[in-house]
Amino acid sequence: MSENKSKGLSRRSFIKGAAATAGAAMGSGAITGFPTIWAQASKDITITHVGSIYTTNPTVAEQANKDLGFTIQMQTLDNTTLINRLLTQPETVDVADFGNTSMGYFKNKGILMPIPVSEYKYWDQTVPLFTQGTYPDGNPYSMQGYAPIKSQFWVDQSAQEYSLTPTDWLVGIPVMYNADTLGVRPDLVPRPVTSWKELFSSDFAGKVALQDGVGVGVPDAAVALEAAGLMTYGDKGNMTREEIDKTIEILIVMKRDGHFRSFWTNFDQSVQLMASGEVVLQSMFAPAVTEVRTRGINCQYLPLEEGSRGWYIFQSAMAHLDGGDKLRRDCVMEYMNWCNSGFNGVYFSRQGFYSSVPDVIKPLMTENDFGYWYEGKPATAEIIDPFGKVMEQAGAVRDGGSLWDRMGNVGIWNTLMDEDRYLVRRWQDFMAA
Amino acid sequence: MMSPRAASWLQATPFAIIMTGLVIVPLAMIFAVSFMDYGFAEIIPEFYLGNWTDIFRSDLAVATYATVLRQAFIVWGVTLLLGFTIAYYLIYHVRSNFWRAIFLAACAIPFWTSGPIRMISWVPLLGREGLVNQALTGLNLIDEPISWLLYSEFSVIVVYINMLTMAMVGPIANSMAKISPAVVQAARDQGATEWQVITEVIIPLIKPGIAVGTIFIVTAVMGDGFLVRAMSGNQVNTPAVAIMNEINAFQFPPAAAKSVVLLVVVMAFVGVLLRLVDIRKELAR
Repeated sequence: MSENKSKGLSRRSFIKGAAATAGAAMGSGAITGFPTIWAQASKDITITHVGSIYTTNPTVAEQANKDLGFTIQMQTLDNTTLINRLLTQPETVDVADFGNTSMGYFKNKGILMPIPVSEYKYWDQTVPLFTQGTYPDGNPYSMQGYAPIKSQFWVDQSAQEYSLTPTDWLVGIPVMYNADTLGVRPDLVPRPVTSWKELFSSDFAGKVALQDGVGVGVPDAAVALEAAGLMTYGDKGNMTREEIDKTIEILIVMKRDGHFRSFWTNFDQSVQLMASGEVVLQSMFAPAVTEVRTRGINCQYLPLEEGSRGWYIFQSAMAHLDGGDKLRRDCVMEYMNWCNSGFNGVYFSRQGFYSSVPDVIKPLMTENDFGYWYEGKPATAEIIDPFGKVMEQAGAVRDGGSLWDRMGNVGIWNTLMDEDRYLVRRWQDFMAA
Repeated sequence: MMSPRAASWLQATPFAIIMTGLVIVPLAMIFAVSFMDYGFAEIIPEFYLGNWTDIFRSDLAVATYATVLRQAFIVWGVTLLLGFTIAYYLIYHVRSNFWRAIFLAACAIPFWTSGPIRMISWVPLLGREGLVNQALTGLNLIDEPISWLLYSEFSVIVVYINMLTMAMVGPIANSMAKISPAVVQAARDQGATEWQVITEVIIPLIKPGIAVGTIFIVTAVMGDGFLVRAMSGNQVNTPAVAIMNEINAFQFPPAAAKSVVLLVVVMAFVGVLLRLVDIRKELAR
């Protein structure tokens, strides 16, 4: 860190002497917090943060602008637009978030800034899912799909290849994660659902849905096919061509028999399918289940035998920052540290996502909220979401229990397969069938 | 004084620049990219024919074009029938211009809300628990809800018809309004029935209007991917959807090849239609 800072000093000492001096002073640990001189120089800086609807929102942006001495401009983009923008115009972005299904696109591209572990304040308090590649009890987790440890570290500062073992360079700062499973309408499904195989049970023909896509929907289908004894895989998160062919063939037969009601593209569609009763059993994201419930419709989200499908979202900075204005880079690091310092984590935790630094946000949440969302305890009062809507009454317990009850049995992670090219091609055949 | 020749060149220049910069150059780039290889969200600038051989050797292109042509044909037929009927009523049965304007505006009511809301609002109507199924069950016409009303090719076509009928009504009504009442009156005076007036006088005279409406409908159906995906629950693939799927996977070269093919097909269709019907007559009057 100090080395970087002093480099900045020599490079920029002529132009922005004051700011660089302050930066170097901060780097040496002489001054903590924001020296006035630094705040003066940084107040004209605007950081552009692009992300998904889950990670960018006006409430958090407002708080960030209140807490920090520079301006944060958040932009919400759909994933395709976001990744395209990062790949083609990385210089228009400072901070971006993305998840497992996109991690495969950043290797050997040189568009992301390697984040020095030493510059991220909360690394020591980050859950071992990211830091060690294990559960907190030290047990390893499933490596099928894009597991967190597969894309957490750069091999070196060149930021070209991912390392499976910890290094000093982070690909991104882990923000949120969760485990997805099947959403069930208990009023319309007559028996308890305990396995992914129910997705392909003829009892629910015409009443099931999957996410439309090769990074989430296909892994879900694969887990269900394996559970139903229709397929076996080496690695469901990274199939061979032969496995892809067989999987698509089975799915085409099922589609022709009218087994699938729909394939949803976004959150709203999955909520609509479940709330309207078009679908009684489908793969869902956690906040979609809570959204169905806030409409007064019972919807279960239970742990299944084969485990859940895990995912995470990283926040990263763009490579142009390392070669550009040192002050801007400092502001970006300050902002990324801010994002895991409390407010943001509390905000999304109350929507059902997990923070990568639960110990940091615990003191900032009410005991009732933390107990309900993280500890599997019955709510002692109404559970209210960040928008002010009542989600649960006192006495309610979160489906699946505590953080590690829910997150501790991941069967597969959201993915981007090596054979993506072939899989997309075969998925086209499936859609056309 | 500038020569007339130089003046013509000068007059054509702004449009030529726009066409070259915004149409021809991007198209040339798309064409070039279609001959390149690709990796994870990257175009590899090496000559690669696979994107093209896949189109001409696989069943996918046949399947997607069969689907979209079938949809376009059905939508065209229904919107033509509806469009002609509505236009005929507006022009020959509604006497006052005031009411004509009101009725035409009423046709646009479905477009007062946004596209996504319009699409979502089909679920409570056509869904398994929807109004149509409830009505049919209530009338004891069916025992079990019909599921093909929604998330099927049927719902895709219904929504196309809902969205595109106006595109047929407009040009046909425009053509009809230009027919001199004297011509229709002359036919009546000669003893022509209403049916004969329609088939032998009106239809031949509104052909340019029908051609314009047809171009609107066919290009809209061929080029759309969003509506198909939403209304079929991602279970119907068309050439435009196939392109979207590849763009979403950041696989640009095959998407480029498919785009070129789609462009050629649509342009060929429009070209043939313009040879059959002279729409310049329609624009000139």
